[in-house]
Amino acid sequence: MGSYIPSTPSQRREMLEKLGMSSYSDLYRDVPSSVLLNRPLNLPQGRSELEVQRQMQQLAQKNRVFQTVLRGAGAYDHYIPAIVKTIPQKEEFLTAYTPYQAEMSQGILQSIFEYQTMICSLTGMDVSNASVYDGASAAAEALAMCRDRKRTVSLVSATTHPDVLKTMQTYCFASNHELILVPEKDGKTDIEALNKLLSDSVSALYIQQPNFYGIFEDCSELFEIAHANGTLCIMGCNPIALAIMKTPAECGADIATGEGQPLGMPLSYGGPYLGFMAATSKHMRKLPGRIVGKTLDNQGNTAYVLTLQAREQHIRREKASSNICSNQALCALTAAVYMSTMGEAGMREAALQSMSKAHYLKEKLCALPNVKPVFDAPFFHEFLLEMPKSRELLSRLENEGILGGLPTGCDKILWCATEKASREALDRVVEIYKEVLTA
Amino acid sequence: MKLIFEHSIHGKACDILPSSDVPAVELPAKFARSSALNLPEVAEIDVSRHYTALSKRAHGVNCGFYPLGSCTMKYNPRIDEQIAALPQFTEIHPLAPREYTRGCDEAIALCKSLLCEITGMDAMTLQPAAGAHGEFMGLLLIKSYHTERKDFRRTKIIVPDSAHGTNPASAAMCGFTTVSIPSAPDGCVDIEALKSALSDEVAGLMLTNPNTVGLFDKQIIEITRLVHEAGGLVYYDGANLNAIMGVVRPGDMGFDVVHLNLHKTFATPHGGGGPGSGPVGCKAFLAPYLPDSVVRNPETKLQIRSFYGNFLVVIKALCYILTLGAEGIREAAQNAVLNANYLMHLLKDSFTPAYDTVCMHEFVLTLEDFKHETGVSALDVAKTMIDFGIHPPTMYFPLIVHEALMLEPTETESKETLEEAAKVLKRIYAMAHSEPETLKSAPHNAPIGRPDEVLAARQPVLKYGFENDR
Amino acid sequence: MLYYAKSHEWVSVEADGTATIGVSEYAQKELGDLVFVNLPLVGDSLVSGEVFADVESVKAVSDVYSPATGEVVEINEALLDNPALINESALEAWFVRIENAVIGDDLMTQEEYDEYLSTL
Repeated sequence: MGSYIPSTPSQRREMLEKLGMSSYSDLYRDVPSSVLLNRPLNLPQGRSELEVQRQMQQLAQKNRVFQTVLRGAGAYDHYIPAIVKTIPQKEEFLTAYTPYQAEMSQGILQSIFEYQTMICSLTGMDVSNASVYDGASAAAEALAMCRDRKRTVSLVSATTHPDVLKTMQTYCFASNHELILVPEKDGKTDIEALNKLLSDSVSALYIQQPNFYGIFEDCSELFEIAHANGTLCIMGCNPIALAIMKTPAECGADIATGEGQPLGMPLSYGGPYLGFMAATSKHMRKLPGRIVGKTLDNQGNTAYVLTLQAREQHIRREKASSNICSNQALCALTAAVYMSTMGEAGMREAALQSMSKAHYLKEKLCALPNVKPVFDAPFFHEFLLEMPKSRELLSRLENEGILGGLPTGCDKILWCATEKASREALDRVVEIYKEVLTA
Repeated sequence: MKLIFEHSIHGKACDILPSSDVPAVELPAKFARSSALNLPEVAEIDVSRHYTALSKRAHGVNCGFYPLGSCTMKYNPRIDEQIAALPQFTEIHPLAPREYTRGCDEAIALCKSLLCEITGMDAMTLQPAAGAHGEFMGLLLIKSYHTERKDFRRTKIIVPDSAHGTNPASAAMCGFTTVSIPSAPDGCVDIEALKSALSDEVAGLMLTNPNTVGLFDKQIIEITRLVHEAGGLVYYDGANLNAIMGVVRPGDMGFDVVHLNLHKTFATPHGGGGPGSGPVGCKAFLAPYLPDSVVRNPETKLQIRSFYGNFLVVIKALCYILTLGAEGIREAAQNAVLNANYLMHLLKDSFTPAYDTVCMHEFVLTLEDFKHETGVSALDVAKTMIDFGIHPPTMYFPLIVHEALMLEPTETESKETLEEAAKVLKRIYAMAHSEPETLKSAPHNAPIGRPDEVLAARQPVLKYGFENDR
Repeated sequence: MLYYAKSHEWVSVEADGTATIGVSEYAQKELGDLVFVNLPLVGDSLVSGEVFADVESVKAVSDVYSPATGEVVEINEALLDNPALINESALEAWFVRIENAVIGDDLMTQEEYDEYLSTL
C-alpha cells in the first residue's frame, strides 16, 4: 500500500506527542461520535505501484484502439506532434495551481497570454479568456454573456452538436431563461425560420460552423439578419477549420467559441478537452473565467497577471455572471504548443488535408450504387451519407481496425476524415463496402 | 523574456505532416479566410527552448512546498500520469461502440462506486469538469427535485458568510437567491441565524465541513436535521474532504448531495488551473436526476458539458484510490490533519491562529495585530515567502478573518519540510520587526517584482500586438 | 445644493430639478485605485437608496447607492474610459445626471457630512 506520506511512523508519533495527543482520534475530537465511521471503508486493500500498474493495464486492454478513426461528431482524431505531448508533462506546468501568485507563475501566465493571442489570431476576435471546460460549456456561457434586462431569449440552430445543445438547454433551465431552436432546412439553419423567430426579446443567436453535419453555414448572412434585430451573434467554430475558414470576425460575430480538443488533445474518451471563448472588445468585461493581461512590475519590467478579476465569482459572489474559477490551463498550454509547432503552414495543411481526405472518401463512396449524400452543400471534413447495409459495413470495418463514421439511424452515417487518414485506408473502406454490398 | 511570437521568422516550420496523398480540394471563396493567421513560425528547437524557459518561471507542488490553503496541494504521483497516458485510454473515441470501450466504462463504474463508498452516497456522476462545475450540477439536482415536486416557492439557497465565492455564484447560475448567514464567533454555523433563515422558500443549504476556517462543525447533525425539517436539502461542498475521508462521511452527516474535487483530494494535478474533475454524488432519491441516469427522459436530462467528463483525470484519481485503499485513504486524512496541527503548533508562538483550537487539515492565521505592530501585511509576508522558495498560502480568505493567511500543508509533506517552513516563517516574523521595508517590497529573488495590477485592469493588454493587426 | 448620503454618495441639485450624482472623496479613498465603473443606461429610473452603479478596484467591487430618485438623462462616458478620474477628483467625476430629482430623506449637508466622517 502506498499513501505518499513521507514521515515515518515514529516521526508521526513524535508530532502527536508534541501536540499532547496520544492517537489520531484526538485530532478528531470535534467530530460527534455518532457520525464517526466505526469501520474501515469498504474499499479494496491498498496496492503497490506495480500491482496498480498491472490492474490498470488490464482494464486498458479491454479497450480497442483503432488504427484509423473516421468518426468525429465533436471529437477529432488529428495527429499530435511528439513535443505537444511532452511539454505539458513538465512538473512546473503539470503540478502548479491557478497562477494567483504572479511572481511565482510568470511561466504559466505568459503561456496563457500567448494562448489568448493565438485564439484571437484564429478567430479574428479582439479578446480571449484563458479557456473554459469544453466547447459545450463555452457555448452555454456565451449565451449568458449576451443577456441583458430586456433581452433574455436565446436562439440556437438545430444544426448544433446535440451535446452542445443539451448543455445550453441545461444552463438555460438553470437560470430560468428561454432557449428556442431555429429549425434546419437541407442541413443548414433555416433563414426564413430565423426571420420569424427574431424579436426584441432575443439576446443571442448561436450558429455552429461547420455545423454538426460538417456543412458550412451562411454565417455572414445569418448574423446580418440577427444584428439588424439587435441580437448578438455567437459562432461556435472548429479550430482546425479556422486556419482556412472565414473567421467569426469576418462573419461579423460578437463572440466566438469552440471545442479546442482538435488542437493537440487526444480523444481520451471525451475529456479533458478545452473550451475557447473570444469576443470583440466591446464584450470584454462580460467574458467569464480567467483572463491574463500584460502589465509592468515595480521595476518597470514586463509582467503578466490575472486581470479584470472584478468580473469573477470570488469578488462578485452571487452577482457574478458565471461561477467558473478555473480554466483548462494545461489544455490551453497544449493547444498553444500545438499551434506553435504546427505553425501557420502546418495548421493550414492539417485543415486542407482533412477537408481533401473527407471529400475524397465522399466521392469514392458516392460512386457506389445506392449511396446518397443526405445534403448537398459545401462541407469541411464531415459529411452525412445514406448507405444501405451500414451496420454490416461498420462492423466489417471495425474488424479491420477502422472505426467508421457515426451511425445516426436509418442507414445514415456521419463520416469524418482528418489528415491522419491515409489514402490507402480510405480506399480500403471503399473496397470493404463493395464487398458488403455484394455479399 | 520573449514571447513565442517574437521568435517567429517567416518560413520557419516544424516538419510534422507528410504531403497529401489525395487530390487537393479548395474551399469555396464565400467561406474562405482572408485575414492573416498570425500563428508563430518557429523551428522545433525554438518551441522546446521557449517552453522550457517558461517552465523555469513556474512552480508546482512536485517542485517545492505549496501550502496553499483550501487547494489541497498534495504530491501528484507519476504512476497516475503514466497510466492515464496509455494509448488504450487516450485514443478511445467517446462515441466508439460500447464493446470496444469496456475498459473505460469499467474504470468509470469502479471509480463511481469507490467514491460513493468514501462519501456515503448512493449514486455519482463524473461529468462535471471542476469543483465549481460540480456545484452547478449539485444545485441542478436540488432544483430539479423541487421543480418536479412542483414546489416552485423554494428559490433560496442558504450559504454561510465564510463560504467560498463559488457557492453564491453557483446558486445564482441556478436561478436561486442567496441568503448569507453570519458565522458564530467560533467560525461555525450560527444555529440561531440558520433557524431564522429557514422557511418553506429555502431550497437548500450549502456547507463545507470542515469549514473554510479549517474547523469541523460539531453541530452538523443538528444543522442537517433543521434544514431537512424545513423541507430543504443539504449540499456538501467537498473542498475539504481531505481532512475526513475514511474517518467520517458526508452521507452519514445527513448531506443529500456532495461534490468532490479529484484534483485536490485524490491527487490529480491541478495543471496550472485545470483540467480538474468535480464528481457529484447524491442519495438515492436524487439519483434519477443525474446525467448518467438511465430512467430519465432524454428531453429533460441534465447535461453540463459534452460526453462523460474529464475521463483521464478520473483515471488518475482511480489509480490513486486503488493505491491507497481503505487504510491508506484514512491514513492520508489523518496525516493531513496531523501535519496541519503540527505546523500550527510550530508557528503559534509568533503568528496568531484565528481560532486557537485543534484544526482539521488547514488553519488560518490572522495578522491583524501583527500588521498594527509592524506595518507589514499578510500580503507582504506571503510575498516574502516566495524569496524563500515556498509558495505563499491563501491570502485574505476566508473573508471573515482579517489579514488572513490560510495554510494547508497536506499529508505528503514530511516533518522536516514542516519544520523548515516554520523556521522560514519565524525568520520572516523577525524580519518584520527588524527590516519591515524588505518585506514590503518583496519578492526580491523572483523572476519579477510585484506587478502593477491597477495598470493591468485600467488599460487591459490581453494579447500580443502584431504589426499587421487591424 | 450639495448633499451627501451615509453610504458616501453626493448629489448636487440644480434649480431646474436636474441633479448630478457621484461618490465622495472619502469613498474614493476607501475604494482605492478604481479600474472600472458600471453605469446605468440613459432612460433608467433611479430610486433613492437603491443600487444604481458599481465601481471596481483590482480586488473588490462595490455597489453605489442612489441618493435621489429620478430619470437618467446623461451618463458620464468619460468615466467608462478613465475611471481614474474618480480617484483624481471625486466631486468633479459625476456618474449620472438625472431629471425630476427628488432627493432622499436623510441626506447631509457638507458640514453635517464632515461631522459624520469624524465619527467613523
